[in-house]
Amino acid sequence: METANPCPSLKPKDYKSGTKPVWCPGCGDYSVLLAITKAMAEMNLSPENVALVSGIGCSSRLPAYLNVYGFHAVHGRALPVATGLKVSRPDLTVLAAGGDGDGFSIGGNHFMHACRRNVDMTYIVMDNQVYGMTKGQASPTTDPDWDNSKLTPGGTKINPYYPLVVALASGANFIARASSTDPNGAAKVLVDAMRHPGFSFVHMLSPCVTFRPEQKDWKKMVRQAPVEPTTDPAVAAKRLMTDDNFFLGTLYKGDRPAYQPELKATVDNISDLDKGFIL
Amino acid sequence: MNDSTSLSSTNSKGAPHSLSIALLGSGGSGVMTAGGQLLDAAGQAGWYGMMTRSSGPQIRGGEAAALLRLSPQPVETHKGRFDILLAIDWLNADRFVGEIILDEKSIVIGDNGGTVPEAISNMGGRYVELPLSELAKSISGGRPNMVALGALAQLIGLPINALEVVLTKSLKKKGQEAIDASISGIRAGADQASEIPDIPDLKVTPSPGRERWSITGNEAAGLGAIRGGVRFVAAYPITPGTEILEWLAPNLKKVGGVLVQAEDELASINQLIGGSFGGTPSLTATSGPGLALMTESIGLAVASETPVVVVDVMRGGPSTGIPTKSEQSDLNIALYGLHGDAPHIVVAPMSIGDCLFTTQWATHLAETLQTASIVLSDQSLGQTRALIDKPADISFVSGGRSITSKAESFQRYAVNDSGVSPMSIPGMPGCQYTADGLEHSPTGTPSSRAEDHIQQLNKRKRKLDLFDYGDHWAKVSGDGETAVLTWGSSTGPVSEAISMLEAEGKHVRLISMRLLLPIQPERLVAALNGVEKILVVEQCHGAQFYHYLRAHYDLPGQMRSMAVPGPLMIRPDDVYSEVKAWENA
Repeated sequence: METANPCPSLKPKDYKSGTKPVWCPGCGDYSVLLAITKAMAEMNLSPENVALVSGIGCSSRLPAYLNVYGFHAVHGRALPVATGLKVSRPDLTVLAAGGDGDGFSIGGNHFMHACRRNVDMTYIVMDNQVYGMTKGQASPTTDPDWDNSKLTPGGTKINPYYPLVVALASGANFIARASSTDPNGAAKVLVDAMRHPGFSFVHMLSPCVTFRPEQKDWKKMVRQAPVEPTTDPAVAAKRLMTDDNFFLGTLYKGDRPAYQPELKATVDNISDLDKGFIL
Repeated sequence: MNDSTSLSSTNSKGAPHSLSIALLGSGGSGVMTAGGQLLDAAGQAGWYGMMTRSSGPQIRGGEAAALLRLSPQPVETHKGRFDILLAIDWLNADRFVGEIILDEKSIVIGDNGGTVPEAISNMGGRYVELPLSELAKSISGGRPNMVALGALAQLIGLPINALEVVLTKSLKKKGQEAIDASISGIRAGADQASEIPDIPDLKVTPSPGRERWSITGNEAAGLGAIRGGVRFVAAYPITPGTEILEWLAPNLKKVGGVLVQAEDELASINQLIGGSFGGTPSLTATSGPGLALMTESIGLAVASETPVVVVDVMRGGPSTGIPTKSEQSDLNIALYGLHGDAPHIVVAPMSIGDCLFTTQWATHLAETLQTASIVLSDQSLGQTRALIDKPADISFVSGGRSITSKAESFQRYAVNDSGVSPMSIPGMPGCQYTADGLEHSPTGTPSSRAEDHIQQLNKRKRKLDLFDYGDHWAKVSGDGETAVLTWGSSTGPVSEAISMLEAEGKHVRLISMRLLLPIQPERLVAALNGVEKILVVEQCHGAQFYHYLRAHYDLPGQMRSMAVPGPLMIRPDDVYSEVKAWENA
């Protein structure tokens, strides 16, 4: 799909649809929405050539608030939808977005395989360590002793999942962390992620002020990682496994070629396929 | 049996004049290879025919049987009875009792010194020994399956040169030495068989004519998909649907498409939704367990009005069931498995060749109506190879996905008379929208308002109800006050049973429904006009088709259900007897 002329310098607001978000006041996701529009404006992307796919959850409501093509799919399946779209339409800029429950619990298998498959797309997981839409249950990234859910009295007693480590082990080609408390910094990371070929994973800290009000302190805890992005998976592994979950920035940049089958016909006419059946 | 002159005409009544051959051996003995070559050679010589692969669940080893039926007329079902049973060895052969029926006229051929299992010898038939392995050993690179192939060709009057053509083609990659060894084996087997005394004349007269194809239902479904415009496939391997994918992977590539092997069925259906959202007609193939996993997202395709096609090659269920055998028991999940009110298309091919048309049509319907199509094929259609006339090259002149790039007042889910709203695809400026599984307003904005819900529900139903499905909805033939109502792979045995009844001067109507959803009550009532008795035939223990008919159609006269579970095939004789029994009741 060719577009005649890329739009002349769009502003972040040009990427917004104008639909009012369902999010609670103070939700981190507002800033993520802002960061995404800033990143798109920075890259001067034509909105019609961008698609953002999401699953189910508070953060997965995002596509409706953007003026790009969007798909609000079922719970946990944003990555397969985005994969099918990008593989069959490599001309598009494809993003997937969602929360920690959507991406790491119900969609955990797709996360692992999307990292491994390395299709050229950017996956933003807004992590608030809680299921917000269903009113406050533990997610895979919740600490084991978090005791505020009726579903898991006394806490889950299960160690949290480390998405960046899993992403590296599974083969993601770009791994970064950003925070909704710093939308400009997050926008920079997103630009970096979208420009990097292959599967880019952005772990986006995005506090839930309703069910995890203590996360308001995150803005005091996050800080820029005092390191440059590494291309060495062994260095990245050590970095990610000793990480305290609050270092921001691009932490790993791989050089694996993206998965993209060539979509070029080698026969002039589909009746060529009949030949295999003729006796 | 040998009355070929009176039976070679395709207009004749009664079951087609035919020969049934079972080629048996343990896994690795090459019976499937030999069976396939025999079938293709029969096609070369101008015959029609079919071959079903029957085997146990073992990956390698175990027992295997190639079940063939050859005829001067097209055949779409097996008979129960076999004229010839040839066993390369008798290991586990008794497992096929029930599937292979012999009588005193059958010929049973085994290797020298072998012991025929009692369960087989008890059925009768004349036993003949041939030195299969001994002859194979006398040839450098010789194999008993090739000797057996030669013997069978000689017995049925198949010209050896037809086999040579097929072997030269199929063994091309293995080199001239392998071809020569096989041909020597065939000649040795043929010479030996010609010395068997008192062989009744089993020869059928071939009717060479039009271009003939050798194709399985799974391959035909793959070709139908590509002819229907499918260029993106995502799938997870599952028996007995995998061959659709194995055929599509290299062939999609040739036409500029792609197949992605997904991590599971949840991924495959959702990848289709992504591919289709991007404007590429998309399809997957699976079997019952995979369809069960996909149902949530098939609902997403319906709600978001994203065209997708899911081919379910049914097998024995529930759960893991009998993966290598056929059954029509996924009808209910295909019709009713989606949560919420989710109108969609369910179609079923009624023969091996029809897997092509029906899959192509299903794709056309999904694309035209912006919905999900489920194609209910099954193991017996999918994994049986048939010799058929070159299928017609159909193209649907109107319809297909209508893509709009008109940005002015674009509403993706606009409520209109046809129910089919304008659809844009990414890349089109000014037509951006968010496809959503949440109920939505005409613009696609999420909405829980009662008015939006009823409007969108009505619209999604209306577009399917108003569409003209034409004559493709069913195959209707014959007349009379008795009708047999069936669907899918049961159509083959029902058709042949009706031919047998017609040969006796009886008039029986056949109605096989290709379109199962949306329901077509007026068309079915018209097709049944004047009918007093309806026999409903299906390969399913729960009589799902019968109950579907009772639920949705106002049918005349008396109804009787013939619901037989797999794994054994429904045979023409069974249907014939059922009609006769009801007549005499």
